Amino acid sequence: MSNAKEWPLWEVFIRGQHGMSHRHVGSLHAPDAERAIKNARDVYTRRNEGVSIWVVEAENIAASSPSDKGPLYDPARDKVYRHPTFYDIPEEVGKM
Amino acid sequence: MYAQMVKSTGKSVQALDDMSPEERAFQERIDRGEKIEPKDWMPDAYRKNLIRQIGQHAHSEIVGQLPEGNWITRAPTLERKANLLAKVQDEAGHGLYLYCAAETLGVSRDELFEMLHSGKMKYSSIFNYPTLTWADMGAVGWLVDGAAIMNQVPLQRTSYGPYARAMVRICKEESFHQRQGYHIMMTMANGTPEQKRMAQDALNRFWYPALMMFGPSDKDSVHSAQSMAWKIKMNTNDELRQKFVDETAPQAEFLGLSIPDENLKWNEERGNYDFSEPDWDEFYNVVSGNGPCNVERLEARKKAWSDGAWVREGMMAHAEKKAMRKQAAE
Amino acid sequence: MTVSDNTALFEFLLRQGDNALVLGHRTSEWCGVGPVLEEDIALANTALDLIGQTQLWLALAGEVEDKGRDANDLAYFRDPYDFRNLLMLELPNEDYGRTIMRQFLFDAFQVPWLTALQESNDKRVGDIAAKSLKEAMYHLERSAETVIALGDGTDESNSKMQQALEFLWPYAGEVFADDENDVSVASKGIAPLPSSIHDVWNSTINRTFSEACLKRPESQFAHSGGREGFRHTEHLGHMLATMQTLQRSHPGATW
Repeated sequence: MSNAKEWPLWEVFIRGQHGMSHRHVGSLHAPDAERAIKNARDVYTRRNEGVSIWVVEAENIAASSPSDKGPLYDPARDKVYRHPTFYDIPEEVGKM
Repeated sequence: MYAQMVKSTGKSVQALDDMSPEERAFQERIDRGEKIEPKDWMPDAYRKNLIRQIGQHAHSEIVGQLPEGNWITRAPTLERKANLLAKVQDEAGHGLYLYCAAETLGVSRDELFEMLHSGKMKYSSIFNYPTLTWADMGAVGWLVDGAAIMNQVPLQRTSYGPYARAMVRICKEESFHQRQGYHIMMTMANGTPEQKRMAQDALNRFWYPALMMFGPSDKDSVHSAQSMAWKIKMNTNDELRQKFVDETAPQAEFLGLSIPDENLKWNEERGNYDFSEPDWDEFYNVVSGNGPCNVERLEARKKAWSDGAWVREGMMAHAEKKAMRKQAAE
Repeated sequence: MTVSDNTALFEFLLRQGDNALVLGHRTSEWCGVGPVLEEDIALANTALDLIGQTQLWLALAGEVEDKGRDANDLAYFRDPYDFRNLLMLELPNEDYGRTIMRQFLFDAFQVPWLTALQESNDKRVGDIAAKSLKEAMYHLERSAETVIALGDGTDESNSKMQQALEFLWPYAGEVFADDENDVSVASKGIAPLPSSIHDVWNSTINRTFSEACLKRPESQFAHSGGREGFRHTEHLGHMLATMQTLQRSHPGATW
């Protein structure tokens, strides 16, 4: 089934029980937004109550250009532009 | 490790003066400890190498579900069943995080699956060994996850941001895996004579394959030197293997089990354990497809993927219909 | 409570626990071979929920029985004729369509059933129901959505789901056939009669099938024998042989 359409990529943002704003926690694949929310719940929250989940289709994210790089150095493949940075680092790990 | 023998450019590491301005700026960022992010410029070889390494790591996670999944239905108590299932589920999660990290480099998950299924991409040799008794769940958790952690902890500092962040999340989740395995080994080693025999048998079978996970010695390898300059490999294979033996030998002693190596002994002078090398011929055989389970593992993955095609397509088709109906209603 | 009270309650608790145990076991068989990573992970969550529910129901069953058996003793040292799960749940997974359709038919019962059990005048039953209900509600959301998506998806997925429904249909009604034990626990206010759930179940599945473009089979026939333990399918013995192998081969060992 190599020519079958792959499920789109979604970026997942979660607000935990104790406030703060939604944070990017990772990505996943899903056929649509509703399923992406359910998948996010299964993959990234393990069904904790009281969380709020946002999902955004990755290709709908507009991202800034890296500040210290001119257009000359931008990658030829535009696919990578669609991906924001990946995982949040848990606080206990410290600065990275 | 989970990514064994990933070949880089095959060229020796270039001196800064020989690099193009972009390459030089890139290497200097890495040398300063900055993270490379998806949108940043990167040498093509760095990108390709990372795709291979992260992809191999991701494949190892999902193929790695199979040998342990083999015992979920036979777990001896409800607690053990839940623990093992949660652990194997985590591996699916780790595969998912890693595939997403690879996707930021411009390759799709389906493309990566195809490369796994066609044999173009590999997964760790360790998962081509069978799990024969319940004690293997202990040995795999203790030795295989132990060896994996040895490699993954330093990779939290790797130069590629998405990979490093995936590693942080994985390491955090994986810490319970090794403990879970060791706990099974403790219970078995202190159990009935049959259980103790199972535990020793599992250690006998998994010891050398675990040592092989770090890959052959790469102290003279140009591939490794380039990967280390790029900080996508943080230690040599021998360093990690030694560290693993040094940490594991006392743990085996605590269990009252013997590591199947008569040359294993503490070397006061070196401050390390001396130990025997694994059989590298066996390793190359396993890597080239002749391990005890290579064919079955790959068949199982391919079958799951093709059996699931109608589900993936059906759900996608429904999502598209729904979107069209919504549009038509507006 | 008299002895007979406890016997009926024990029987009732085994039915709850064995449903969770057997379906949890079947669902766990998907780990590593799901149709896509996200579904693999979600199915494992469902299985983990069910194993957790098993532990609660069977622990209480052991307590009520008062013969020193704990949840593991009940799970690993009973033979097929002592199991009280619905036949539908012990059937092999076969394919994803059958797995999800079965999950949906079961979830559509569990949600109203557990909702009602929360009002049990046995607080221990009510507490387990309340905890399990949160999980069951999510299972139902997910399984109903999946049935709809696959029913409405491609011609192939629609036909697979219709076949799954037709295969499972003769097993779906077993749960609603009240027996003496149901009447006994209902008369004590421990649980409602399962037949009282039928209308809600009907409306859930009719609504879902209509959205899923699936045709509800007309037959009223229902197999029986699972929840009384009178006659299970051939599959339960194989499942238990696998599940119980270590405990049975090494009596007295600690794992």
